[in-house]
Amino acid sequence: MKAILRSRLTPLLALALVMALVPMIAPTSFHLRVAALVWIFSLAALGLTILMGYAGQVSLGHAGFLGIGAYAVAIGPARLGLDPLLCLLLGAVLSGLVAWLVGRPILRLKGYYLAIATLGFGVIVALILHSETELTGGPDGMSVARVTLFGWRVTGALNWYWVSAGALLVGALLALNIAASPTGRALRALHDSEVAATGAGIDVSAKKLAAFVLAAVYAAVAGGLLAAMNGLITPEAASFSHSVELVAMVIIGGLGSVFGTVLGAAFLVVLPQALTAFQEYEQAVLGLLIMVFMIFLPQGIVPSLRALIEERLP
Amino acid sequence: MSTPLLDVSGIGIAFGGVRAVDEVSFKVATGEVFSIIGPNGAGKTTLFNLVTGIYRPSRGTVRLDGADITAVPPHLRVRSGMARTFQNLQIFFRMTAVENVMVGCALSERTSFLADLLGLPSVFRQNRVTRAKALALLERVGLADLAEAPAGALPYGALKRLEIARALAADPKVLLLDEPAAGCNAVETEAIDNLIAAVAKSGVAVVLIEHDMKLVMKISDRVLVLAQGRPLAEGPPRAVRENPQVIAAYLGDIGSREADRAHG
Repeated sequence: MKAILRSRLTPLLALALVMALVPMIAPTSFHLRVAALVWIFSLAALGLTILMGYAGQVSLGHAGFLGIGAYAVAIGPARLGLDPLLCLLLGAVLSGLVAWLVGRPILRLKGYYLAIATLGFGVIVALILHSETELTGGPDGMSVARVTLFGWRVTGALNWYWVSAGALLVGALLALNIAASPTGRALRALHDSEVAATGAGIDVSAKKLAAFVLAAVYAAVAGGLLAAMNGLITPEAASFSHSVELVAMVIIGGLGSVFGTVLGAAFLVVLPQALTAFQEYEQAVLGLLIMVFMIFLPQGIVPSLRALIEERLP
Repeated sequence: MSTPLLDVSGIGIAFGGVRAVDEVSFKVATGEVFSIIGPNGAGKTTLFNLVTGIYRPSRGTVRLDGADITAVPPHLRVRSGMARTFQNLQIFFRMTAVENVMVGCALSERTSFLADLLGLPSVFRQNRVTRAKALALLERVGLADLAEAPAGALPYGALKRLEIARALAADPKVLLLDEPAAGCNAVETEAIDNLIAAVAKSGVAVVLIEHDMKLVMKISDRVLVLAQGRPLAEGPPRAVRENPQVIAAYLGDIGSREADRAHG
């Protein structure tokens, strides 16, 4: 049992199983769309899991990278006549490039100061998306062209469900690969002690930057999928509240846990839909539930439950 | 002494006008245990930070194996053969003991970021090699039984040895140990004492900062005494212990406790 809990690929198999089961029990295409949103936000949050959970570096502007990926898929086909799939890739590359440029100076900062600097970055991206009306459609956003995957027009909730599920599985596999590799060890090491990691010959700045760029690429791919699935994108995608939500997903699920990140994303995507019955109290109830979760599962869902189970096993 | 492996020459740094380390020179040869002692605040750890590149010296040079490494950044000094432990434990507390040592092997690992991301078979081969090396090092410092324990759960004395194992993982030519026996009981100190002697014997130059005078006098080949950032005396343990200037420095208000231990 302990071996299963600790195996590297357990979260991946658990995730694949859930993905296969959801379409069988989802009553309507609305539910499938919500599930697809869970996979997409999980993907965005997984990048933060690498950055925050492994390397211990916070980003409060990560929706900015999500926005870059989303608008690449919107702007490329509409203004430049490029293929949407190519734009998804270009958006990921652009996002990684921006992360590299921004990360070099700001990753020198630590803790609160890094949080504020990344927040500033997110604000700037949102501002540009708001004000460059010619290019982005301004606050009203813009529509996104349909995506064709090798001649197959991706439409309908079920197709988007499988596309987003596939993207998340790939993202989760890569995140688990990193965790089990020398790079993952270096990231976790610098999380605990930068001076000792440096003493072991690890180039701490380079490793932090690599994690930051990777996290930005995850967010951009998620953003591109979000835009393409919704067929519409607004600057709201890059908003500060979105950045905070991504961070909350990582923490609620359990810092550094891949499966936990998906649970955290499910928590924050599904609950608002389920809580619409509370009408104007919806946000208050959501906030209350987050507090209750953090009080009773202080390490986040997965690490807290794992500790409980391992305690009870011989 | 044959050609020195580590050659520190006229090194110094000032913080806000205070010369924390001033004109300190010493040479250490392969297989030698060289100890740096002195009252608290004498600049011993600052000297370590200058030698390992955490601080950039305002004057002086550091040579390793003949090459001037004064301007080499700290993470690259490991590559030229310099590893260290820390006065205040710098352990990766959320990792297991063996993972801590595996991090120390980082330099010998041959993988790339892309290979790690894709989980190529070479990464897992590398992991197995690294793990075997780390386990052998844990065995060497006497922590083999605790390999899979979270580092955060290890007792203090074990963590001191874990740091030594992690430093050895870089296959250093020079090993700098900052108070490896501080806070350890007699049994743990004895174990560390034997370990240091064995490491030196295996062909590593050991530079040691230590307050435990019994340990210093027993295992050092030569001792450097620092006082207020300046070298006070240097030589074999016996000569240093009998040096009137050293006794005076230690009997001065700050160092009397250590002097008692030195003569006790």
